[in-house]
Amino acid sequence: MTLSSARRIELFRRMLRLRNVELRIESLYHEDRMKTPVHLCIGQEAISVGVCAHLTNDDSVSSNHRSHGHYLAKGGGLNELIAELHCKESGCTKGRGGSMHLVDTAVGHMGSSSIVGGGVPIGTGMAMAYKMRGLARVSVVFFGDGAADEGVLYESVNFAMLKRLPVVYIYENNGYSVCTTTRERQAQELIFHQVLPNKMWTQTVDGNSLDAVNAAAATAIALARSGGGPSLIECKTYRVREHAGSGVDRTGKYRDPAEIERWETHDPVHGLRADLLARGLLDQKGLEAMEAAIEAEIDEAFRAAVKSPLPLDEDLTRYVYCED
Amino acid sequence: MPWSKVTPETHEPDFLEREDPAARRITHAEAIRESFDQALGIDTAVYLMGQGVNDPGGMFGTCRGLLETHGKERVFDTPLAENGLMGIAVGSAIAGMRPIYLHNRPDFLLLALDQLANHAAKWSFMTAGAVKVPLVIWSCIGRGWGSAAQHSQALQGTFMHFPGLKLIMPSTGYDAKGLMLAAIKDKNPVLILEHRFNFKLIGPVPEKQYTIPIGKGVVRRSGKDLSIVTISQMVHEAYAAAACLAEEGIDAELVDLRSLRPLDEEIILESVARTGRLIVADHGWKTGGITAEISALVAEKGFASLRAPIERVTAPDMPTPAGYTLENAFYAGKEEIIEAARRLVRQGQAIEIPDLPTLEETVAP
Repeated sequence: MTLSSARRIELFRRMLRLRNVELRIESLYHEDRMKTPVHLCIGQEAISVGVCAHLTNDDSVSSNHRSHGHYLAKGGGLNELIAELHCKESGCTKGRGGSMHLVDTAVGHMGSSSIVGGGVPIGTGMAMAYKMRGLARVSVVFFGDGAADEGVLYESVNFAMLKRLPVVYIYENNGYSVCTTTRERQAQELIFHQVLPNKMWTQTVDGNSLDAVNAAAATAIALARSGGGPSLIECKTYRVREHAGSGVDRTGKYRDPAEIERWETHDPVHGLRADLLARGLLDQKGLEAMEAAIEAEIDEAFRAAVKSPLPLDEDLTRYVYCED
Repeated sequence: MPWSKVTPETHEPDFLEREDPAARRITHAEAIRESFDQALGIDTAVYLMGQGVNDPGGMFGTCRGLLETHGKERVFDTPLAENGLMGIAVGSAIAGMRPIYLHNRPDFLLLALDQLANHAAKWSFMTAGAVKVPLVIWSCIGRGWGSAAQHSQALQGTFMHFPGLKLIMPSTGYDAKGLMLAAIKDKNPVLILEHRFNFKLIGPVPEKQYTIPIGKGVVRRSGKDLSIVTISQMVHEAYAAAACLAEEGIDAELVDLRSLRPLDEEIILESVARTGRLIVADHGWKTGGITAEISALVAEKGFASLRAPIERVTAPDMPTPAGYTLENAFYAGKEEIIEAARRLVRQGQAIEIPDLPTLEETVAP
């Protein structure tokens, strides 16, 4: 499926918005007002945006610790995200979950697990519920190469294939688990690429290409929605920033600075922007207007977050159990 | 809402006097089966899965006939993937189902501890109540016939540790049914630990749909000399012990907690206030187990009532042995409770231990 020009511009805007949110968080992180670990998705924006573009609010995503992109691309509230990073009562989990447990049920973002691989069976179970309830909904599971080390991935995918569940596994292979490369941890490419095609459709794509992610996600999500069972898309990408926090370590302590530079020239946002400008689909003025609107929205989110109240101490034990 | 019709049972049948001879009497296993059958009938969101739920034996008889009545979409076997399936159950609960996930043995729940403790128990809190996980996990503690160290663990102490998870251990069929329906109706994750020895016991169980409040204990026998606080199968051991103790003039009160989380603190403290002496009995281990927690509670909030040190009757801190002679030596029960009571009330005086009936009768083989 190829994107129309208007759709391509709109998806670029979403990627740019995501990028600029992350850059703003990064630039202000040292002020220590956001007292929660952040796992920035800079360089991985095409994946969240390209996949979520095919989902409705009734479809759900299951996310992980690197969740800002999944949350925003699915339509999660920006003000609630920024307030959550500031540990405020107006945050998406009222300061209970922090950066790693984002939620916005109105748009089908049902929570994120920071136990690596933890969201994989949960997203699979959501797909089972849709099937049991006779709903044409799709469950998308975002997981990284760290989760691909975990046994629960095998358990979940096996079950999804067995029951032909409407689930799409999005494997964001960004090359690193903290400081250890995927190659150092995994003996071969993901074993699910070898399953029988009638059990699960799989594809490997350039995760830094919106067009590639978008096309694969369109196929997988349509398949799931029409009863065709699960699918898995491996998106090859790169974690430009550190595992957590801000900045890029170019000292060569655990990775070659030249490797980082190579990937920076293959940046998904910069690449798409250059392409849109070169084709004349977007001009400099239009781009500046787009960026100004995004910046204004981010300004407002930070302003609101700083102003809003902190949770009350007397509410400490609320939500441990839900009342009937 | 389908569950609004299932109401709490306020009349607690008197198990001691067996005052209603006309009451229907069925086995503990049949009571559980009936609760599953009724829950599946009440609400199409309820489904039941687990290894062996469609086996001819039907999980000790608790699932017999459910597949035929409710269909394979809602009663199904699973792969041996405990953590994955626990997460799948959690995910389905998040997306509108009310799963009941059956595990033959709690030992295997340790494989699913990540999804149970890190996810199910925390999802409500981590999402500030935006997402609920109405999930029931059911498991049965094994004992005897060489079950050994990995098929017999009484892990309630472990599972009681996690805030966000409710924990139930019924002793009678009446409670097993009412607490199961309460657990399925509940919007939180609830773990029910059963005990293999309870399954063939017969007792009064109403046919109607009813719930027993989670977190409420019951006094099974009133007494003035000491309190025995216990749960699950140990209630039957303690009931027999209390009958023996009565023969020698020791009047024991028996508190059946029924739930461990939430814990009925009030019923424990009130009983100790009446008797001044406490035995806490459990099939689990002593260190870090439920007897430690209950003893600490009484030391903190009921110290002024105590006239003697607290006695604990538990399994020794070691894996369960397989051989029947060692197994006999391993398990504490009626006799250890009697000995503890004597230490508390009248030290050193030996009498014979008569063989008296248990709280519920056993089915003829």
